[in-house]
Amino acid sequence: MNSQLKWKFAFILAVLLVCIFGVIGVPTFPTSWAQVKGNLAKRIQLGLDLKGGSHLVLQVQLEEAIGQRCDQAVDDLTKQLRAKNVGVGEIRRVDDTHILVRDVDSNTSGGFRDLVSNQFTEWTMAPAAGETNGYLLAMKPSVVADLRQASMNQTLETITRRINALGLTEPTIAFTGRSDDEILVQLPGVGDPTGAKAVIQAGGQLQLVRVADGPYASEAEALAQHGGVLPAGTTIVPGKNESVAAGQPSGQVFYILDRSPIVTGQDLRSADSNPSTESPGQYEVDFKLSTAAAARFGPFTEAQAAIGGRMAVVLDRQVFEAATIQSRIEDSGRITGGFSQESAQNLALVLRAGALPASIKYLEERTVGPSLGADSIREGVRASIGSMIVVMIFLVFYYRLSGVNAVVALVLNLVILVAFLAYAGAVLTLPGIAGVILTIGMGVDSNVLVFERIREELRGGKVPAPAVDTGFDRAFHTIIDTHVTTVVSAIFLFLFGTGPVRGFAITLIIGLIANVFTSIYVSRAIFDFHLSRMDRQAQLSI
Amino acid sequence: MEFFHGVNVDWMGKAKYFVALSLLLLVVGWLSIYRTIVVKHGTLYGIDFRGGTLVYVRFAGKPPIDQIRKGLQQAGLPNSTIQGISDTRSIGSQNDVVIGLEQAQGDESLDAGKQKILDVLHATFGTGSSKPDFNSLTQPVLAADLTRKDPLLLGTNAGDRYNQLATRLTSARDTDHSGIVTSFDELKNVEGVTPAVTGFLANDYSLGNFAVRDAEIVGPKVGAQLRRQAFFATLYALGGMLVYIAFRFEWVYGAAAVIAVFHDVLITLGFFSLFHYEISLTVIAALLTLVGYSMNDTIVIFDRVRENLRLMRRESFPEIVNKSINQTLSRTILTSGLTFLTVLVLWVMGGEVLRAFSFAMVVGVVVGTYSSFGIAAPIVVLWNKYGGGQAATARVGSAAEKRVAAVARR
Repeated sequence: MNSQLKWKFAFILAVLLVCIFGVIGVPTFPTSWAQVKGNLAKRIQLGLDLKGGSHLVLQVQLEEAIGQRCDQAVDDLTKQLRAKNVGVGEIRRVDDTHILVRDVDSNTSGGFRDLVSNQFTEWTMAPAAGETNGYLLAMKPSVVADLRQASMNQTLETITRRINALGLTEPTIAFTGRSDDEILVQLPGVGDPTGAKAVIQAGGQLQLVRVADGPYASEAEALAQHGGVLPAGTTIVPGKNESVAAGQPSGQVFYILDRSPIVTGQDLRSADSNPSTESPGQYEVDFKLSTAAAARFGPFTEAQAAIGGRMAVVLDRQVFEAATIQSRIEDSGRITGGFSQESAQNLALVLRAGALPASIKYLEERTVGPSLGADSIREGVRASIGSMIVVMIFLVFYYRLSGVNAVVALVLNLVILVAFLAYAGAVLTLPGIAGVILTIGMGVDSNVLVFERIREELRGGKVPAPAVDTGFDRAFHTIIDTHVTTVVSAIFLFLFGTGPVRGFAITLIIGLIANVFTSIYVSRAIFDFHLSRMDRQAQLSI
Repeated sequence: MEFFHGVNVDWMGKAKYFVALSLLLLVVGWLSIYRTIVVKHGTLYGIDFRGGTLVYVRFAGKPPIDQIRKGLQQAGLPNSTIQGISDTRSIGSQNDVVIGLEQAQGDESLDAGKQKILDVLHATFGTGSSKPDFNSLTQPVLAADLTRKDPLLLGTNAGDRYNQLATRLTSARDTDHSGIVTSFDELKNVEGVTPAVTGFLANDYSLGNFAVRDAEIVGPKVGAQLRRQAFFATLYALGGMLVYIAFRFEWVYGAAAVIAVFHDVLITLGFFSLFHYEISLTVIAALLTLVGYSMNDTIVIFDRVRENLRLMRRESFPEIVNKSINQTLSRTILTSGLTFLTVLVLWVMGGEVLRAFSFAMVVGVVVGTYSSFGIAAPIVVLWNKYGGGQAATARVGSAAEKRVAAVARR
């Protein structure tokens, strides 16, 4: 064996060792078969389709967050105009990003324009079409974009906190990258996502609000009691009727509440679920307020208790409880409403994790039960090994000693592919297994191309050494062309495809690169080794 | 050992038969697609692309499909589809059922359909017992129950051992019994299970006779999005290949190869419709595999044509193409045969999830191999004869050949 060949084998051996180490030697060096298996399971991460779990894609209703900002601006503008004595006919939200101000008093229109351009820098102002002394305010596109981004980030953080609080193992929570308002949640091992979905979707907006009036059986009745116009700064909020009176069809009632809450979910210091002291078997959520909020809440409750005022606990625009304030309350409160243990725990969790900036909608839900995943692995692996064995037997049968060479190249190809998956932390999915199978197919093709070429050269009268030389040279062009074409298409699939298509593409790309190495470099080295030890005129076993 | 040595077939002389065969396959397949879409108002798309709900249920015995259908109709889901699929462990016994539901108008609540299906199943086939169903129990719940009830009388601090026992029990149920245990005696051989444990299980749990193995819900918007994305990914991949081949050979070779793989995809889609398979995301992966595979085959032949153009200066272009196909025939049949064998094994043994994928591959390998000599090569020959191919036929000093020769020298 000449020195060049020695170096080649040393290199191949080094690659092989690094690969085997990567697959089974990490994190602890194995001393038993069970440890080898354990390491393999740790290194090769399986996708949800193989190990079972839930895959959710949800859409954040960003328009809501933008609309809320618009509502807030309408409120602010109304207040500030009143304070500056600027007369306007009407201030109305046109859509999520536009506010129409009509009939601005021509004497104070200078003050109006100054106020908007100085205080409302997030808005652009233009005269409204078809209006005299009317202005249309539009939210700046950059502000809208920032708001969308901020809402998405906040939603992602909130959902992460909630899922971590649920104690689920190794969740994935990320933007999908498919559309700017979608979030992907993957929960391995969760066979029934109903509970987790409810916790993710819960709004979690808690407010403690002063009750102005109510309850009424319908919105119309509430309005009628006030002559069709609500008292300033109030709004109608629906709630559950705790004692459904006879003859009332639904348990729905309506309260007139202050628009601005005294305390919101952001003021909470803690929230816990506890068994209810009043109704046995039910649960309630007890919460504590931060010091700053308590400083507001104490005086407020004291003043209200003196005049027999009422306060409502509002969760996600729904009144849960409305009760008369008996005495000064410092920093604690509770939410009751017939919770079960689980729903009380979930509500406490949601309150601790914070509210979502906008509601969310589920676009996609895939659940793979653990038994299906186990079946898929077993069947996929069994089919792969089965077809590998059939192919290898045929190669040895058809090409004899050279066939053994091909088998070595194929096995090495597979080892490199698996090792790369392990080192890169790639996830093996079902389409990924399909990619492995295609890699085997192309590996066989490369070997067949080379061997057929060598046979042709031998048939043409060449002796083994030059025949092997020409065979590899000629086949090399073809192998490069076929592999590059497939890799090019796989790269496009990886760039533009989604989940399963990408898993397929990545395994294929790695497999094909490894394939060029094994079927040309390794296979050639083995041939050269064989040729260096045999007589120049002897027959090649092919 | 050697097959196919010294073959001498006039492939290009038979080109018109190949074209006729392709047309026949295309017409039959696409008539079937026409029938599915236009006549029966159906769709080729699976749930990934059309949106909807799919619940995959395994029953302990033969599933009572009529009863399920009746239950679903009573629950106001008349448009649901029920399909029995064969169990891969014992072929012939159909214990699995896939219940499908078209997406309701306005996807207000995405999982209402799934919930309804589950309600129907529980109402129709529920155990009627107040004890929890062992077959739908998760590991944490079982671990908590075991720790609380302490059937092994381990006393306090037994949480860890019960946790491990729960893991072994649920994984035995899921991996060894495919998610359905019909009798608690089946768990006797699980490590750490004593008669006390089986007694506890039998006492505290019931055994439901069905288990949900897989549920998919895809909103219509996502379906359309995935469809568009898959389409463009394929289009870009084809474009990439066209450019690469045009760069390495000549543009007409690239065009011929792309037309050939396009032909393969169209025929495979026809077969999909004929055999009532649905197009899902994994099938797209299979179609892309077959595109790569067919391209591979075509390039091997073109490569040989390029080489022979240099060596054979007397033969006509069709003769050179014939020779090239004959010279590579041995390789073509070996590789295709082995790949066909591989995907055939996958189709038979690979399990339900891979079935549509491997079917696409089984068809694709055959069609893809055929199209390299039946479609791609004749297109190049035809171009040479009638189109701008004067340069290539005259060959001496042609730009095409110069480039080909230059590439070969490299």
